[in-house]
Parts: sequence; structure tokens; C-alpha cells
Amino acid sequence: MTLFPRVTSPHGHAPQRTDQVMLRVLLATLPGLVALTWNFGWGTLINIVLASATATACEAGVMALRKRPVRFYLSDLSALVTAVLLGLALPPLAPWWLVLMGVAFAIVIAKQFYGGLGYNPFNPAMVGYVVLLISFPIEMTTWITPRELLPEGVSLPGLWQSLQLVLPLPAPTDLAVDAFTGATPLDSFKHNTGLLTEQFYQQTPLFSEAELAGFGWEWVNLGFLAGGGWLLYQRIFTWHAPAAMLAAITLLSGIFYDGGSSTSAGSPLMHLLSGATMLGAFFIITDPVTSATSNLGRLIYGAGIGILVFVIRVWGNYPDAVAFAVLLMNFAAPLIDNYTVPRTYGHARAKRATVKKD
Amino acid sequence: MRKIWDIPGGIHPPENKKQSVDQSIGALPLPDRLVLPLNQHIGAPARPVVKPGDRVLKGQVVAEPHGIVSAGVHASTSGVVESISLHPVPHPSAMSSNCIIVRPDGEDRWIEHQGIADYGSRDPQQLLDIIRLSGIAGLGGAGFPASVKLGPRQPIDTLIINGTECEPYITADDMLMRERPGEIVAGIRILAHILGNPANILIGIEDNKPEAYDALEAALASNSSEGSDIELVDFPTKYPSGGEKQLIQILTGKEVPSGKLPAELGIVCHNVGTTQAIYRAIVLGEPLISRITTVTGQSCAINRNYDVLLGTPVRHLLANNGFDADSCPRLIMGGPMMGFTLENPEVPVIKTTNCILAPSREEMPPAPLPQPCIRCGMCAEACPASLLPQQLFWYAQSENFDRLEAHNLFDCIECGACAYVCPSNIPLVQYYRAAKGEIRTLKQEKIKADHSRQRFEFHKERLERAEAEKAAKREARRRATESARARGAEDDSGITASVATSTEASSTAATSPEAKAPEAGTSAAKATVEDIIMAAKARAEARKASPEQRRAALERGIEAARHRLDSTRQKLADGEADNLGEASLDKLRAAVEDARVKLADAEGKLAKLDLPDSNDSDPADSSRDTGSAERVAKKLGDSPRQQLQGKIAAINNRIAVTEQKLAELTDAATLDALRSGLDKQRQKLAEAQQQLSALPVDTAPAPVESPVQDAAAAAITRAREKAARLAQMSPEEKLRSNLDSLVSRLDKARARLATAIAENADHVETLRTTVVNLESKVREAETKLAQGDH
Repeated sequence: MTLFPRVTSPHGHAPQRTDQVMLRVLLATLPGLVALTWNFGWGTLINIVLASATATACEAGVMALRKRPVRFYLSDLSALVTAVLLGLALPPLAPWWLVLMGVAFAIVIAKQFYGGLGYNPFNPAMVGYVVLLISFPIEMTTWITPRELLPEGVSLPGLWQSLQLVLPLPAPTDLAVDAFTGATPLDSFKHNTGLLTEQFYQQTPLFSEAELAGFGWEWVNLGFLAGGGWLLYQRIFTWHAPAAMLAAITLLSGIFYDGGSSTSAGSPLMHLLSGATMLGAFFIITDPVTSATSNLGRLIYGAGIGILVFVIRVWGNYPDAVAFAVLLMNFAAPLIDNYTVPRTYGHARAKRATVKKD
Repeated sequence: MRKIWDIPGGIHPPENKKQSVDQSIGALPLPDRLVLPLNQHIGAPARPVVKPGDRVLKGQVVAEPHGIVSAGVHASTSGVVESISLHPVPHPSAMSSNCIIVRPDGEDRWIEHQGIADYGSRDPQQLLDIIRLSGIAGLGGAGFPASVKLGPRQPIDTLIINGTECEPYITADDMLMRERPGEIVAGIRILAHILGNPANILIGIEDNKPEAYDALEAALASNSSEGSDIELVDFPTKYPSGGEKQLIQILTGKEVPSGKLPAELGIVCHNVGTTQAIYRAIVLGEPLISRITTVTGQSCAINRNYDVLLGTPVRHLLANNGFDADSCPRLIMGGPMMGFTLENPEVPVIKTTNCILAPSREEMPPAPLPQPCIRCGMCAEACPASLLPQQLFWYAQSENFDRLEAHNLFDCIECGACAYVCPSNIPLVQYYRAAKGEIRTLKQEKIKADHSRQRFEFHKERLERAEAEKAAKREARRRATESARARGAEDDSGITASVATSTEASSTAATSPEAKAPEAGTSAAKATVEDIIMAAKARAEARKASPEQRRAALERGIEAARHRLDSTRQKLADGEADNLGEASLDKLRAAVEDARVKLADAEGKLAKLDLPDSNDSDPADSSRDTGSAERVAKKLGDSPRQQLQGKIAAINNRIAVTEQKLAELTDAATLDALRSGLDKQRQKLAEAQQQLSALPVDTAPAPVESPVQDAAAAAITRAREKAARLAQMSPEEKLRSNLDSLVSRLDKARARLATAIAENADHVETLRTTVVNLESKVREAETKLAQGDH
């Protein structure tokens, strides 16, 4: 008589798999990546390739040391997502060792030391970013001037020239690096002294040439917004955290726009479409591992990040603050979780996760 | 149009229902045997009422419900009971359980049965009894006895009939609604009558069953003249809308409070299959002997619904549908979401078997290895109970039971939606089941531990109380002895020196609570003694006064003992039937033996009580009791010498008893204990004898404080008196007095020897030597006297 195996229910499964989720996240970065590459040249692509190679090597190495099946864990693509997000966030044409160091720190220390995928309390890409920002402030704040704002006769370096700049190769002779580096919109706005906002916008080509806010950067942010919208549509994450973060930034910048006075904190559009706002809102704070779990929790988590981003941008030392804000709220996520357990079916009200029952 | 509420979460797995609805409900040839598990429902197993070899008819009761939450079992065809034995039953653990196995005779002959056409004029309780005896349990999957659900304590205003059937693949209810809508509607009318015609009667159907909806609608239209309105409601298809709690939420917007039953909301919910079964039981008088079961999956050539006799082995069902075992990676009873796998196709179809799913490998490939949880929250989006499955998983993994309960683990209905959507393929439901089981076990252990702790504390307290009582008694006795001694001293010698002792005693008595009025020493001491005597008498009276009460208590005890014996025997029988381990069986056997001994003991006591009782009085008891009172009185009035002699006799007695026990016993441990006890008794005896010999032989006891001092002082006085007397005596008188004393000592020694021999005491030899010595001394003295005479 044949005996059949004993298997636990459910016996069916939706086709969705973790690596497919990760793959969709990677695909969704494409519009933003295109905008970055169009405006700032090959640098971001080189960053991503370097970062991906480093992340894969680090992940495989740690998995081998932990005596886990390497291929199985690499196939979830989570290391690749970390690498791509960090590659997008780093300045184009950053030196190779900067990328390597950041990614290695993100994968080995911020992710694997805590137990690997699913167990890291902090967003690995942001940990890597902050470590670099604090350790190498000059390299981390050297950005490129958008292609179309370059002075007459200066162009962005080509692929080979870019590789020469990034990798430990002999530097290109026919290239003046200072010619194509420049401040970011947020950076330059931070150095506005005493001008009315409108005046400042008119006098700065970064703003005066732009359609909405911050030349080049507006398209980068719109690209990430489009990718994020697609992920939302794909139900990869819920709207709660991004919406709360963007709403918080809009609200605060609306209040502190101050009619465009000389002490204005900048227009809401500038804050929404500059720096890493959209990358953060749709690709960083939606990392489920390090965010709050319930929908209410994610609203609080997202709003907290939005508030911190704005506060640090306006009153802090750094022109942008997504990485700091995310890490600070990563700290708070477990606490938020304790107080935002949803009301379960059949219960009159929600209860705290810390309630003890005898 | 009724308002429909949405439930949170839910999923849309492929329905796979089309393949099994092409053909009408079919019938199968009789199987070569029927396996009828005694427990096809939630609750206590039914009790068999047939024995192997009995002929049974179709519809005959083979097992009766036992307890309130239980359901009977009936033979689903005529035949012979082959055996009542362990057989694999449908259960996730693939366990075996007691089943009645019937070999069909092929005649399929019904037992005589009759329905009730005019149920409307019958008492609902009577109908409930019929439902209960017809063995009807929830056919939707849970198998809760229908009669219990239909007899709630709360008033019911909403009756919901569940025709949702949200699980993929299953079409049993769908086909039943399509083909037998009239029976369902008639069943609903019966349920409504039993529940006192609730204001709302709703049939809930998912919108993927339009044929069933139409059929029911037609049946309702032709039936509308009878009774209250029945509302047919369809709503969007979504898994798990068919869960009782979810359906209630969809149709009423209400949520069943956690841990409560729908009846709390005035709602009762029944499956369409159950409703139809109730119709057949009441109107046709047919018990539940068959049900509609879907046989489906790509490993079966034919996908179809059958009206299957309960007890039909799954193998028989599959064999009639072109089952290809080799292409089937797992065999499922129920649907793909909540069904469980069957290891052995010999298990029977039971009351809750709505589907046998035999998929192919392509249909249900083996689950891939689980990946780490990334807390993506898709599970929380899918959860119909608004739980946080990712957090539950996290805490289940770390066995953090407090957190699991804080996250309402026990509100999980195990629908499997979370595991279905999990991109990491984590078997979430299995984690929850395991954690639930663990928590339940821990709770039971805690209750047990609490009980034994309470028992232990109570026991300790009782021992302490008993010890305190004993100490108080000892104290009272000591005081009484002292005062008695004091009194004796006053009475006998009148020596004023004793006043000191007596005042001391009286002062002790005065400080004690018993002595209410501290008076002069003697009277106070007497009062204490009288108190004690009175108390003893009162106890005796009390014991004598209530033979009826004692008799009643004994009879109660016997009843309880008998009950205990019965239940332990039952347990033993059950245990033997269930093939329990030898160790547990031994334990049960020991329990039975224990219960039997206790019963015999109790009966013996009653018989003893009956014996004097039959003489219409209680002479033995009363004499004993009054005797004890007298003894107490006597003891207290005794002189120290008498007390000592009494004590020695008592010790001798104890020694004799112990020796006899020793002779009978073989157990080493007890033997040693008895021996050491014996030694102690002997030591005590020796001490007592020493004390006695130290006391003056004939004269009244000397009134002194301690016995040793008493004896010494008395001996000195005696010696002095003797010396004085002797000095005055002539030699002949001296000799004569010496002889008298020797003779008296010899008499006493002989008497003691006789007692010792009678009691077989071991100081016989010593006594014998003493007697011999004394005899020679007496002879010597006589010779001397005779010589002096001459």
C-alpha cells in the first residue's frame, strides 16, 4: 500500500517570490538611473557596477564563512538591491575605494553581522552612506554640474575618462575636474545669505533654468517617483510610509516657506524634488525589514522621517538628511511597533504589544 | 438589496471549481467495508452499542452520543459488524482511532424509520433530540454537533446559512445547492422553527456560483408562502469569506467577540449541507449516513461530486475515479488552503469530508525552501483577522509566548492566506499551530502546578494545625497530671509541703484559657480535670449521637468510591482499546485496584456500622465511648504508681502487637522500622519498670515533685521506719515480717510472669529468674523461721 507524504497546509502558493520582489525594486530604479546618467554622466552607472560586484562578493564571502548555501542566499537579490541603492546615492565619479568601502560596510557589518537578510535593524545602504559621509565629507559632497548647465566648451567626461577618474588608472590629461563639479541645489540654497527666495532662485542657474525645482535633480526625483508609483501599483509596498514622509515634508516646507522671505526654508517643490527625497520615500524607507510593521506604524515612521529630513536640511549642518533621518527612525521602529498593533477581528480596541497576560 | 460589508485582507487563489461541476452528483458502488470512526465531530467520542458479529441495518445506531457535545454514529448500509478496533482516521497527524468496521451484505436494507411531517407543531427540544440522535455535526468542515449550536442560551435574531464555499476546488455545497435546493430551504424552515423564527434569515453565497444562486432563488420562490422571509445574498468571491466569523462580518458588519460564539450576537450560522441533513433527519427520519464529497485534482481522471456513504474508504472513492497514485505528490482531504494530507488512502470519508483532492505534481509542486522573512507585510495585507503574521512568525520562532498572546495569536483562524502570499514561502500557519499547541500545554501545566502547590500548602497548614492541637492537648494533659498529683498528695498524706506544688499548678492553670476563674489551687486544678473529662464525654456523646449521619456519610462515600471504580474501569477499557502504552495501562490498572480497595473498605465500614445498628442501639460504640471517658477520668485520678503500671501495661501491649507484625512481615524496610520501634518501646518499658521499682511497694505514693526524688525520699523514709520497727522487733518477728514481704513479692512476680508468658513478652526469662530467686529466698526464710521455732 502506498503511503502519501504528510504536508502542512496551505497546499497552494501565490507565484510571488522574494527574488521577484527584489527584482521589481531593481527595475523600478531605472527611470531615476536614466535621469541621473543623463544629467551627471557615466558616474552613477560605474558606481552601481562596482557596488554590485562588491556586494555580491561580500555576501558570498560571509555566507561561505557562515557555512550557508551561497547560491541560495545570493539568489534572493537582496545584496544587489542594497548595492544599487547605495550606488544611486553616492556622488557620480566617486573614487572606487569609496564605493567599495561603503558597500562592504553595508553588507558585512550593517547586514550580515546582525544575522543577514531580515534581521538587520538598520537599512544597510544608509548605514554605508552615513559611514562614508562622516568619514570622507569632501569626496561625498563633490557633485557634478548637470550636463546642460556646464559652461561653454566643457563637457561631461566620457566612459573611458570616467573610468580613469574612478579607478586607480592614470588620470586623464585633457580634463579639468573642477570645471564640471558643482554644488547641488540643496547645497547652494543652504549658502543663500540674505536674498529673498525668489531673488535667489532667479540668480542661481540651478533654479532659474529649471522647470520645477533644481535643474536636473527635478528629473531625477520625478524618475524615482515614477518607479515608486509602479512599485505601489505592483503592491510591493503600501502607500503609508512614502505618503506620510512626503506629506510631512510638504507641510513643514509650506509652513516655513515664510512667503519667500530672506530667512525662508525654501519652497515645498524644492524640498520634494531635490536631493534624495523621492529615492528615500520610495526605495529607502519602504525597506520592510527596518521599518515599522503595521500600517499605522508606517504612517508614524514615514512622518518621522519627513520631519527629520526637513529639520536637518534647514537647521542642521548637512544639506541633505535622508540617510540620517532613516537611521534615526530605524531606531524607533520597534518602539513604534509596540504601540501600533492593529485592532484584531473580534476585539473592541487595539492593544499594545507589551501587554502581558497571565 | 442588502448592504454587504467587506472583510479586511483575503486572497484570490485560482478557483479550480469548474472541473468538478460538469457532472451531476453521482453514487458509488458499495465498498467492501465501511470504517465508522467513533469521533467524526468535535466533542466526546460516541459509545458503541453493537458488538462484533452483530447484524446492522442501514441507518441503525451503532454508537450513541456520550455527553452533551457529542454525536451518534449510524451504519451507512446493512451488514455485519466485523470489529471495533483501531483504524487510521482522517486527522492531520495521521493517527488511528477507534472505529466500528462494518462489512456490507450488499442488500443495503434500511432500518424502519419515520419522519415528522408536522414538525411545526413539535417542541423544538424534541426536534433537537432527533438532530442529536441522528448524529448531525457541522458538515462545513468543523464538525461541531448541530444540536448544540441550535440550542443556544441567548435569543437568536439572525440565522445565517453558509453556502459560501470559498475554498478552491471544492464544489460539494455548490452542487448540493444546485441539485437539492428544496431540501435546503425546507431545512432552513426547520432551523427557523427550532430557533423561534429569528427576524433575519440569510443565505450567503459567493458570486462565483450563479447556478446555485438561481436554484435557491427558484426554490425560495416556490416556498415563499411558508413562514418568514429568507433572504438570498451574494457577495464578491474572496477567500476566506466562508469562515463563520468572516461570513457574519460580510452579512451583518458585526464581529464575533474574541473567544466568544456567534450566539453572543444573536447569530447562528449553519452550513447548507448541515441544513439539508437536518431536513432529512426530521422530515424523512434518516440519520446522517452520507454526504456530498468532491473528488477532484489532476491525478483523478474523473472530477465529480458523489453522495458518499460515511465510512467509505478514500481508496474506494479514488479507485472509482481513475486515480493515478504515481502522479499524485500528496493526497488532501479538504481544500488546498485548509485541508490536511492523508498518509493512508484507507482512511474513511467522515461527516466533515467535503473534498478529496488528488493533485498532480504540476498542480501542486513541492514547496520551495523557505527564505528569510523580510517583513514585507504581504501577510498582514492578506490576513482577514487583521493580525500581524510577520510579527507572530518572529515571536513564534523565538518562542516569545507573551508577545504572541499580545499579538492575539489565538484569533488566528489558520486560513492560510498569509502563508499563501508569503514571498519567502514560510509555512506560517504551521508556526502558529505549533505555538498555539505549546501555549496550551504550558497553560495546562501551570494549572496543574498551581493545583499541586495549593494542595501542598493546604496539607502543610493542616499538619501544622494538627501539631498545634496535639501540643495544646499535651499541655492540658500535663497540667491535669500535675494538679492530680497535687490533689493526690493533699488527700493521701496531707503533708503541707505539697502546697507549694499545688499552688504552682494552680498558677499555671490560672494563666491558661481553660481555667475561667482562678481560685485556690486545688479547686482550680480539679476544674481543669473535670473540663477534660467533660470534653471526653462530650466527644463520646457526639460520636454516639449521629449514627444516621455517619451512615449517610458512609453511603455517600461508597457511592463515590463506586463511581470512581466505574470511571477508572472505563478509562482502563478505553486505554486498552486505544492501545495506550503498557506503562499508562499499568497506572490505570493500579488506579482501578485502588478504587476497588477503597470501595471494599467503605463497604466494610458500613457493614460494621450496620451490625450494632441492627440491634437498634450502639452498645459497643457507646460502651467504648463511655469507657474512654471513664478511662480518662480514672487515669487522671490515678496515683503515680497506678499511672506507671498502666503505662507499662500499655507499652507491653504495644510491644506485643509490634512483634506480631514483625513476625508477619517480610518487607525489609518496614521490618527495620518496626524493629527500631520495638527497641524504643523496650527501652521505654525498662525505664518505666525502673521507675516503678523505685516507687514504694505498698504504701501510698510519697508526695514529692519528681518521681525519682519521690522514690528516693520514700525509700529513705521506708528504710528508716523499717530500721526503727526492726529495732523494736524480736528476731522471730523480724524473720516473719521478712517472710511476709518475700511472699508478697513472690506473688507479684509470679503474677507478672504469668502475664508476660501470656503476652509472650521477651522479659519472661528475667521474670522467671526473679521468681526462682524469690522462691529460694522464701524457702530459706521459712527454714530459718522453722529453725527459730524449734
